[in-house]
Amino acid sequence: MTRGLLRPLHLLPPGIKLMGLLAFGIATMVIPGWIPAIVALSIAAALALLSGLGMPRTLRIVLGFALVGAPLFVFQLWRDGVFTAIEIVADLLALILAASAVTASTTASELLETLSRAARPLRHFGVSPERVALACSLAIRSIPLARTVAQETLEAARARGLERSPRAFAAPYAVRMIAHAQDTGAALHARGLGDD
Amino acid sequence: MIEFIEASVTASGIDGERTIIHPLTLRLREPRIALIGGNGSGKSTIARLCNGLVLPAQGRVLVSPPGSDLTLEPARDGAAVRRHVGFVFTNPAAQLVMPTALEDVALSLRRKIRDRGERDAAARAVLDRFGIADLAERSVHALSGGQQQLLALASVLAADPAILIADEPTTLLDLRNSRMISEVLCSLPQQLIVATHDLDLAARCDRVLVIDGGRVIRDSSSPGAGGQREVIEWYREQA
Repeated sequence: MTRGLLRPLHLLPPGIKLMGLLAFGIATMVIPGWIPAIVALSIAAALALLSGLGMPRTLRIVLGFALVGAPLFVFQLWRDGVFTAIEIVADLLALILAASAVTASTTASELLETLSRAARPLRHFGVSPERVALACSLAIRSIPLARTVAQETLEAARARGLERSPRAFAAPYAVRMIAHAQDTGAALHARGLGDD
Repeated sequence: MIEFIEASVTASGIDGERTIIHPLTLRLREPRIALIGGNGSGKSTIARLCNGLVLPAQGRVLVSPPGSDLTLEPARDGAAVRRHVGFVFTNPAAQLVMPTALEDVALSLRRKIRDRGERDAAARAVLDRFGIADLAERSVHALSGGQQQLLALASVLAADPAILIADEPTTLLDLRNSRMISEVLCSLPQQLIVATHDLDLAARCDRVLVIDGGRVIRDSSSPGAGGQREVIEWYREQA
């Protein structure tokens, strides 16, 4: 109960959140002007804090965006002036924060269930909704893994003094990721996922 | 029980057909069976034959889950075999497919329990049985190797198979974690067939088979073999 009181976003059905995110994105892009952009950014920031992301993680997202946002701001400032620069950067950041709020307040399995429900009409065209959902979850699961494998491959290249050779990284990285995909395929097969 | 009848496995490569498993006839009915042998000896392939991950080129494999009078053939009844025969891989990172521990166990229960609330509760109960209930919400990526392997085991056993096959389940683990996983494996009610380099684990099994060059070259249950300890001792001397 306390969790619901503290994090109202967690209680919303994921379908509503995804539709809301879509509507928010369209509104942000369609409505012109720097004032609506600031309003959108404020709403998104409030949502992010409400979603249980918390101050430190929200700030980290903002800082990560700043790497792209700051140069973009400078470029727009030089090209179209300060108001356009504010509008574009605030819009983008608002979208990122709103999307983060949705992912932070929705577990992967909730998202999957929604996806598989949304994909249900596609059954008539031979698409299995369960498989669509499983493919998406595998993609989510593979992100941290791809990073670890990249790190290990880079270290292996470095250990042999080949850190400047793109080939010493790219070739073994591709091979290892494919090998991993094959292992994952065997594991899925063994667990009977995809049998139904 | 798993029965091999003249089952062989071949692979085709640039230099033509290569035999990986020579025609093998074998009845695996003991509660715990260890397959030991060097790298590339064929023990993983034999393990994979048991649940249809590898199909025999010639001959047959028959699976009779304990406690039922079914006789299944992986080549024909793939899905049913996979329901009755669980498989644990060497690298747990490859077989954990969902983002969090609870979700991975829940995935195995998807077919059995349709309601999400009930399914999550059942998944939590499974985690609790393996003493990892506190990891439920953690990212599978953030778990240690031992925790990952324990979770992989929990996810496979959540589907309640009658037979468990494990392919070098302790090879990537440190001593403490490999002992912990061995302990769990040996305490299961399921029939266990484990391919392993871990001779301590092999010694706790009821039957030990030594595989080399795609053949069973020693079998602790054959007359005159002298039992598991002698077979393991013999293998140790060979190595």
